Amino acid sequence: MTGSVEDVQLKRLTEMVLATYSYDFRGYAKASLKRRINTAITQLGEPGFDEFFRRVAEDPAFFSRVLQYLTVSTTEMFRDPWFYAAFRREVVPFLRTYPSFRIWIAGCSTGEEFYSYAIILEEEGLLDRATIYATDLNQENLKRVERGVYSMERAKLYSENYLKTGGSSSLSDFYHADYDGIIMDQRLKRNAVFADHCLITDNVFTEAQYVSCRNVLIYFEKPQQDRALRLFRDSLSPRGFLGLGTKENLRFSEAAADFEAVPNTPSIYRKRY
Amino acid sequence: MATAVDHVVTIGCSAGGTEALRQLFQQRSVPSHVAVIVVLHVGTTSPDVLLDFLRAITKCPVAEASSQEPVRGGHIYFAPPGYHLLVSPGGEFELNVDDPVNYSRPSIDVLFETAAEAFREKVVGVVLTGANHDGAAGAAKILSRGGQVLIQSPEEAAHPQMPRAAMEATRIARGYPLHELSALLERKGLLEKSH
Repeated sequence: MTGSVEDVQLKRLTEMVLATYSYDFRGYAKASLKRRINTAITQLGEPGFDEFFRRVAEDPAFFSRVLQYLTVSTTEMFRDPWFYAAFRREVVPFLRTYPSFRIWIAGCSTGEEFYSYAIILEEEGLLDRATIYATDLNQENLKRVERGVYSMERAKLYSENYLKTGGSSSLSDFYHADYDGIIMDQRLKRNAVFADHCLITDNVFTEAQYVSCRNVLIYFEKPQQDRALRLFRDSLSPRGFLGLGTKENLRFSEAAADFEAVPNTPSIYRKRY
Repeated sequence: MATAVDHVVTIGCSAGGTEALRQLFQQRSVPSHVAVIVVLHVGTTSPDVLLDFLRAITKCPVAEASSQEPVRGGHIYFAPPGYHLLVSPGGEFELNVDDPVNYSRPSIDVLFETAAEAFREKVVGVVLTGANHDGAAGAAKILSRGGQVLIQSPEEAAHPQMPRAAMEATRIARGYPLHELSALLERKGLLEKSH
C-alpha cells in the first residue's frame, strides 16, 4: 500500500461526502475506513488524495465507484458453519411457533448471507411462512443480491460449509451452474424484500422475530454500534433472536441489558421480554 | 493517543511461528508499559492451542484482541483467525473481514501499517519466520513513521522468506537469532524475565 490518508484528510472527506451525497461515514471505524480509502485511491488510479478528493466531490459516477470500495464486504455462504448450525438448533424451533414471521438481514452486502438463511428455511419447510428483509445502504449490493450470481470457484467452499451446518441435501440443489458462475434458485427470493437502509441514519421499519447482522458492527465506532443495536432491540419481538458475527458481542454495549446470550452458540443473543 | 502505553511491539510470523514465539517468550513477560500484538498466520494449529501454550510459558495476560478494546500495556494480544487486526488512530483495536492481504487474513502488513500510523515512534516491529512476504511493506511503514524494526536472521529462521523480504524492504542488513532477539528486547525494556 503506497498511499496513506491522514486523519485530517479522512475527516475532510467524510464531511464532504455527507454534505454532497448524504452518506455518513463519520462513525465508521477509522483504521478500516482509511485502508479502504487508500485501496480505492490506488485501484482507481488516482495519483494522490487531493486529486481523489476533487473527483469524489465533482463526479457522482466516480463516487458511486468509490462507494463500492467503502461498503462492500466480501463474505461467503454459510460463513462460520457452526453459527448456522446453531441457528438451525436454537432459532428455527422458535420461528416454527409462528404462522408467519419476519427476518431482517441488516447489512446484507452481496447476499451470500441472505441465500444461506433462505436455503435453511426452505429445507426446514419454513420459507413460505417467512418474509425476509435484506437491507443494505448500497444499491449496487442490493442489485447483486437480487441477481444471486456467485463465483464458481467459491462453490466448493460453500458446499462444504453447507454440509457442516447440518444441511440434509446438497447445495447444488439450490443453484445451477452457468458460464458466469453459480446462479441461485430464483424461488429462494419469493418472500424477500430488498431495501435500501442505513443503520447509522435510518430507523426501525418492521417487527422481526430474528435479526441477523454479521460482521457489520465491527466497521462502526461505539456510538454507531450502540445505535444499530438499539434498532435491533426495538425491531425484535419479545424473545426474538439476534445473530452477530462471531467476534462481535454485546459486552460493552448499552443494549447488553436487553439481551441474554444464548448458551453454547457463537454470538447469538435473545431479547428479554 | 488515548493510552499510556510507551511502546507497542508488533510481531509477525507465519510458517514455523509457533516455535519461534515459544523461544521468544519462554520465561519472559511483558512490562506494564508495553503492549505486544501478534499476527500469526494460523495454518493447522488451532488458535486455542496456541493461546494456551503461550499462557503456560508467560505470566502476563494472553488474549485474542477484540474490536474497540484499548491497547493496554502488560498484555500479549493475538489477531483472531480469519480477521484482520488493526489499530485505530485512537489506540484501540479494530477487526475487519476485508479481503486477504498477501493471501493472508489476518495480515501482518495490515497490523504493522495501522499500528505505525497510530503509535508512530513507539512501535517496534518484529518479523519472524515465514514462507511469504507479508510484513515487509508494514515493516517499511513502521520505519517511515519513526519506529524500529527487528528481524529474525533468515539463516536461523525455519522459513527464511519472510525475514528476507522484510530486510529487503527496510534495507536492514542485520538479522538476529531468536535468543539474541529476546535479549535485545529485554535490554530495550520491552520484555522482562519472569520468575
